[in-house]
Amino acid sequence: MAESVRQMSALMRKEFLLEWRQRYALNGMLLYIVGAVFVCYLSFNARRGQLTPIVWNTLFWIILLFTAINAIAKSFVQERAGRQLYYYTLASPQQIILSKILYNTVLMLVLAFLGFSVYAFVLGNPVNDVPLYLLTLVLGAIGFAASLTLVSGIASKAENPATLMAVLSFPIILPLLLMLLKVSKNALDGLDRSVSWDEIGTILAIDAIVLTLSWLLFPFLWRS
Amino acid sequence: MKKNWWKALAVLIYVYVIFQGMLGTVPRLPILNESIRNVYFHVSLWFSMIILLVASLVYAVRYLRKGRLDDDRISVEFANTAILFGLLGCLTGSLWANYTWGEPWPNDPKLNSVAVGMLLYFAYLILRGSFDDEQRRARISSVYNIFAFAVFIPLIIILPRLTDSLHPGNGGNPAFGQYQMTGPMRLVLYPGVIALTLIGVWITELRVRMRRVKAVLEE
Repeated sequence: MAESVRQMSALMRKEFLLEWRQRYALNGMLLYIVGAVFVCYLSFNARRGQLTPIVWNTLFWIILLFTAINAIAKSFVQERAGRQLYYYTLASPQQIILSKILYNTVLMLVLAFLGFSVYAFVLGNPVNDVPLYLLTLVLGAIGFAASLTLVSGIASKAENPATLMAVLSFPIILPLLLMLLKVSKNALDGLDRSVSWDEIGTILAIDAIVLTLSWLLFPFLWRS
Repeated sequence: MKKNWWKALAVLIYVYVIFQGMLGTVPRLPILNESIRNVYFHVSLWFSMIILLVASLVYAVRYLRKGRLDDDRISVEFANTAILFGLLGCLTGSLWANYTWGEPWPNDPKLNSVAVGMLLYFAYLILRGSFDDEQRRARISSVYNIFAFAVFIPLIIILPRLTDSLHPGNGGNPAFGQYQMTGPMRLVLYPGVIALTLIGVWITELRVRMRRVKAVLEE
């Protein structure tokens, strides 16, 4: 157990180092979300506080969804096949997928919080229950990372990974996205928190299903 | 001939379902009126679609465990037949909705979920199309098939029940049982499910045989 935790942390360290050495990719992602937010801001004629809450909320999650798909799509194409083969001789595939998911969760958290602050800064912040909204951001980051990492593994094996990534992940992510939209709308309206527990439970259940499946299925994926 | 008795059985049962469905007595309910007969065709299509998808899932798991290409062929053809049934289910459903709910595609969570579910399986077919190598295609699409099924079931069975839906059994609406789904009606619905599933297996069997012949010809 201790050994496997040590290996996992080494793998995580590798992911962070890799990202840090190729900072253009990370900076690209950060700029992507800021740019997308700014495009939306200008497209709505640069009037803050004019969007209805439902538009405000949906727009934000759509931006986050596209950022997530773009950010996670590169988790398997960054490294050459030969090097990946080398990792598989060092660690078990389960450790590799878990460390990728953990790493992507951290990445998504950074992107989500950055996106939220820029979005709230330029378009105004109508959120009434900020802690609950931030909780949905955390849940969303975990869920996006968990479900998109395996899809990115699948797409990276195919001929046209970019298109395939989008096509494969839209329907997979939709149940999660709908639940997230609902909870974050509740947070936005400042409804009593007891209203949202059911949905939060569903989100956690979806996350659990997706994580288990990634754990079970990834060993079959990496061999090809 | 010995092996084909179930095909005759499927046809016989379905002929019974059509006649009994059109002519049998049904409870008279407001709004639904005679259109309640569509229950025999619409609902049984969805039930057998889910059964066929489970079969596709089972063969995908079997492929991953044993690595036989034949299992993958069976898996994809079950998925194809299920998609066909799904499209027919949408068609019968939108006919029904047109007369009872007023429009062919009302904004209902179950309908939208099913549309997304169809997208999932179309994506599965597109994924299959993007590989040249057979083993690779089989392995990766089996992985996606399992993943897709695990998302599909909460999507059509759990999520619509959490929100308001026009369908019975959702969002506090009573399920079939309370809708005077009387004994005689069940005696038509369940045979319909069995017959359609058998017909689906038959279609799948024919297509799998065609795939096998093609594979031999290509070698």
